[in-house]
Amino acid sequence: MKRLLNTLYVTQPDIYLSLDGDNIVLLKEQEKVGRLPLHNLESIVAFGYTGASPALMGYCAERNIAITFMTMSGRFLARVIGQSKGNVVLRKKQYLISADESLSVKTARNFIIGKIYNHKWIIERMTRDYPLRINVAEFKEISGQLSSIILDVRACEDLERLRGLEGQAAFSYNKALGQMILQQTDDFYFRSRSRRPPLDNMNAMLSLAYTLLANDMAAALEAVGLDAYVGFLHRDRPGRASLALDVMEELRGVYADKFVLTLINKKIVNKDDFYTKENGAVLMTDEARKKFLAAWQNKKQEKIEHPYLGEKISWGLVPHAQALLLARYLRGDLDEYPPFLWK
Amino acid sequence: MLVLVTYDVKTTSMTGQQRLRRVAKLCQNYGQRVQNSVFECIVDATEFALLKIKLMEVIDQEQDSIRFYQLGNNYKNKVEHFGVKESLDLEGPLIL
Repeated sequence: MKRLLNTLYVTQPDIYLSLDGDNIVLLKEQEKVGRLPLHNLESIVAFGYTGASPALMGYCAERNIAITFMTMSGRFLARVIGQSKGNVVLRKKQYLISADESLSVKTARNFIIGKIYNHKWIIERMTRDYPLRINVAEFKEISGQLSSIILDVRACEDLERLRGLEGQAAFSYNKALGQMILQQTDDFYFRSRSRRPPLDNMNAMLSLAYTLLANDMAAALEAVGLDAYVGFLHRDRPGRASLALDVMEELRGVYADKFVLTLINKKIVNKDDFYTKENGAVLMTDEARKKFLAAWQNKKQEKIEHPYLGEKISWGLVPHAQALLLARYLRGDLDEYPPFLWK
Repeated sequence: MLVLVTYDVKTTSMTGQQRLRRVAKLCQNYGQRVQNSVFECIVDATEFALLKIKLMEVIDQEQDSIRFYQLGNNYKNKVEHFGVKESLDLEGPLIL
């Protein structure tokens, strides 16, 4: 298995990234503020507007280090990718399936099964761990609904219907998501998903978590030689890494949602970490984003047992493992794509 | 794993100073400088082997010396730091 390397987050907008030997050098107004060896990194995420030197970008592209640029508010701007890796045969197979709806649906439904299954287990775990603090009857009911939707998804042969079923499942799950916030309930609540812009604290954090996860996923897909922009469930749209969003579906709940809930329930973030703009958009303060990223990095280091591979890996490698399994399925080495089923 | 690299390069001659710069540059490519001629490198076995070969090519075995201390993967409780020049934890969250 691949080794999980570190991610460098640059959160100050006036830092310029440059290359010196095998080191990345961080410059602030021509002053050196940091230097670290690049072989310890697997990706660099820069917030703000100053750039990176072309030499650094070239170096990183050659060595498969992903550089991502985001705005200060965490919106995705650009990603540096080098030459396509892996083999054409695999990518052609991917395009072939993507072009054919009836083939797409066979893969796409496994992403959704993974997603709903994981949501169901988040809910089941809550009823086990906090029976006195949540509405157990309602949670059990939602869990039952999700179980029956999984059976429908399994038999689903049509993409439109699949999206409908996904929406249904999301609606049920969202009802429970708000109740899983157990602490600081005055400042953190979840009614519905809002994005561009996120309108409350919870949505602000979800947006950032999903963006980070989508970047990791896209980088992992590119690393095994797949095209992150050609999806099966999400249709093609310029600038959208559709396949990354597809594979990410199954990780949204267990990776991102649970992460955000932990931040709230362990009181790692509080209401002072957010501010509202005139248009109602809720943003995280710079300090809060640092806390968020630090916690995200720690989560990546946590070890779990991969349910399909049966191997102990860190959370940060889960996107890589799933990308690998997807590539194997497209090559025909596996009969079906095995989604990440968390329990 | 963490490898501590320390060196002494005899710099009385011009070539000595050249060697010193080359050694420092090489070490810097693999790790971070924690003290004047002390580097901490987080490397895997291949990278470590490479670093060793490259360093051996540069130094003059008659005059200089290099020492490698392998601190393994669980190095975090083996290193204590006091005073100035706090180093970066390359495996912890890297946020600047």
